[in-house]
Amino acid sequence: MLARIATFTIDGVDPRAVWVEVDIHAGLPAFTIVGLGDTAVRESRDRIRAAIQNSGFEFPARRITANLAPAFLRKAGPGFDAAIALGILAASGQVRARALGDYAVFGELSLSGELRDSPGALAVAEGARGAGLRALIVPRERAREASLVEGLQIAGVPDLRAAAAVLAGAPPPPLPEASHEPRARGPRPDLADVRGHARAILALEIAAAGGHNLLLEGPPGTGKTMLARRLPSILPAMTLEEAIAVTRIHSLAGLHGDGLVSERPFRAPHHTISPAGLVGGGSPPRPGEATLANHGVLFLDELSEFQRSSLDSLRQPLEDGRVTIVRGQRALVFPTRFVLVAATNPCPCGYAGAGDRCECAESDLRRHRRRLSGPLLDRLDLLIDVQRPSEDELRSPPCTTSADAAARVADARDRQLLRLAGTGRRCNAEMDGALVRRHAALDEGAAQVLARAYANGTLSARGRHRVLRVARTVADLAGRERVGRVDVLTALSLRQRTGADVELAA
Amino acid sequence: MSRPVSSGACDACVARSRLLSELSGHLEHSRSRIEEVLALGNDELLAGLAGERRDELAAGLAGLDVEAERERARAVGLETICRCDPAYPPSLRGLAAPPAVLHVAGGRARLLELVARDAVAIVGSRRATPYGIEVARSLARGLASCGVTVISGMALGIDAAAHAGALAAAVDEQAAATPAATPGASPAATSAATVAVLPGAASDPYPRSKRALHRRLVATGAVVSELPPGSPVRRWTFPARNRLIAALARMTVVVEAGERSGSLVTARIAGALGRVVGAVPGRVTAPQSASTNALLAAGAHVVRGPQDVLEALFGADAPAPTARPAVRRELAALLDALGGGLPTAHALARSGLGAHDGLAALAELELSGHVRRAPGGGYVVIPP
Repeated sequence: MLARIATFTIDGVDPRAVWVEVDIHAGLPAFTIVGLGDTAVRESRDRIRAAIQNSGFEFPARRITANLAPAFLRKAGPGFDAAIALGILAASGQVRARALGDYAVFGELSLSGELRDSPGALAVAEGARGAGLRALIVPRERAREASLVEGLQIAGVPDLRAAAAVLAGAPPPPLPEASHEPRARGPRPDLADVRGHARAILALEIAAAGGHNLLLEGPPGTGKTMLARRLPSILPAMTLEEAIAVTRIHSLAGLHGDGLVSERPFRAPHHTISPAGLVGGGSPPRPGEATLANHGVLFLDELSEFQRSSLDSLRQPLEDGRVTIVRGQRALVFPTRFVLVAATNPCPCGYAGAGDRCECAESDLRRHRRRLSGPLLDRLDLLIDVQRPSEDELRSPPCTTSADAAARVADARDRQLLRLAGTGRRCNAEMDGALVRRHAALDEGAAQVLARAYANGTLSARGRHRVLRVARTVADLAGRERVGRVDVLTALSLRQRTGADVELAA
Repeated sequence: MSRPVSSGACDACVARSRLLSELSGHLEHSRSRIEEVLALGNDELLAGLAGERRDELAAGLAGLDVEAERERARAVGLETICRCDPAYPPSLRGLAAPPAVLHVAGGRARLLELVARDAVAIVGSRRATPYGIEVARSLARGLASCGVTVISGMALGIDAAAHAGALAAAVDEQAAATPAATPGASPAATSAATVAVLPGAASDPYPRSKRALHRRLVATGAVVSELPPGSPVRRWTFPARNRLIAALARMTVVVEAGERSGSLVTARIAGALGRVVGAVPGRVTAPQSASTNALLAAGAHVVRGPQDVLEALFGADAPAPTARPAVRRELAALLDALGGGLPTAHALARSGLGAHDGLAALAELELSGHVRRAPGGGYVVIPP
């Protein structure tokens, strides 16, 4: 007797349909699984046998063959357990499945027959809908997450018995309450907690409004990390589409509870991270921190301590908003649209620019700058120094709150969306040269300032382009259609240092 | 200078210069008394220093292929002038041991023209502060724009900043002369009033990291050394080089110097030669200003800007350096606060500017050349 049931495997961050075919016929009792599975798949035989017996079913003492098709696709992980077990029950006639072909099944089994929480349910649900299936059986903990996909009936079941019952036609159990949502976590970092740092906060606002990458430079302990952590709180709220994309990836990485991820991700990998850890890789390829930060913020603290190779690997993700990992004959694409915030000490001792405390020689400074990857600095639109707030500032009220700043940012983003409609770009940071020329119309004073900065060598051609993009964002924040003098001056003061600047400053 | 400029150094002087290069390692032992040792004749040097290699070196010197030596210098673009030549800079003749040969990169005629003008040496610490760098640069720029030649040693820190300032003055002049020049393309000046004296060969940039500066100096100024091409840089070559800097300049200004800075050697020699010595005052707590403040206490001229140098050199009829355009009133408070050494954020708070206006104000001051962004993102005031 033969049974056929759908499940999914995760290839990178994308679901791929896998058909589980179970054949049972007379012969010496045996149980084999074929179809290019990894160790977890091979071990699933023992889990399935115990789970079936402990759920009150009978494990057929016959010759059982389970095939995972298509046979060429490498299959990893324990997510096939439930599908194979239900296939055996159906093939042996212990479950009278009415519409086996309509269902996809996803989940790992415990020996007692429970369906264990397994990562990736949202991706599987998207795959099931894409494959035209009507319903999906998932572990109960993942039901809410899977139900984010519309047009798919979700059955969140606690164990194999309940799963078999659903297949036999029982109504699916109701979705569990959002018991642990929102997850217990500390208070969200808010700009209202910050004293002083007026310029840095303005830079954060500009970065958020235009999607610009930002470099924070300052002595240790001045608040660079504290400021960076507050960037997600002023970024515009995620659209449903973005939220689902983030949830899918975070679910795969096992990073969140259930339901929809509603806050923009903030990822702060340690500086010892490898290129593969940062942009994705390994075998099978897994998404890296850049992909986990998709639609959110990637924060690199102590930028100069990162391996050069890791930083250089960020170039494609920053440029294209995605990274391609090639393995054998396959190319996997991971999305990497994030705002990059980097923090660094200005010099090896950390105190350059802070009075007379710096003890670094010119050669130390030079070495320090060289450690920062040039091509990466080139993609950081904004540079702001972060200094210790004064006593007065510590006593003064905060500059702004996250809610106020977020409202201004959202307005600015709306202007950009409207202006860039139809170009495929969503924010000023993504504008290329032609778009900058078309959309960054300067008034007379602004043009004068820019011409002067260019003429006296303050700006390179590339730097000029970058200043224009940032000035466009500053004007958007202020609600000006034409870029004014103050906007260009503000952008100039936040400009990234060029090679010439470093040479002069040294 | 009535005699037509000869083709280069004479045979004896070329041989002397080669001998110093060959004895370089041996001279290392006498570096504390290098001026006296360099004043010794060839035979005395060989007898006193060469030890076992004495006969070998003496033979090499006697059989030296002088033409090959000249060709080696020409091959790396060096021109030479020796102390037997009447065109030899007279300022060097006052030294106990005037260098036998000057090897010049950037043109012998240009070097002679530059050192014939009023020249000022601007020297100081390699480990300079942003303040020192700014002072050195603006001082050199101001002096060069008044036609004074800036002499220094191309070292990291103060020296390099001084050369850069003088080069900038030349670029300014060029830009002023051709106002229609394409904006952005920084015009390459044809001549800059600055001379670098190197501790190694004039054709080899030292330190290596100043290659770009060396290239610009050769193109528009002059680079000079008493040692022939291929000579190594050694510890004794620094004080030896410093005596040339001190002698070539009418006045030596020390911008920043720590307790044991080599620029003190330059100042001492300048004083011994009867040249004017000046120093830039610094904070009494700053280690980089310890020796400059000590020089001032010992009677050196106070140098606060180009005007002080010009007055020390020319007295009352000093030419006035061009004044910088005044600052708008709103920005003056900020400039004062920054000039007082406050960190940027505090200076903005003091001047009552908000974050937004503050950023714009800083950029405006930077554009008008009043401040510069230092490493660390803070701003330092460029002295007038």
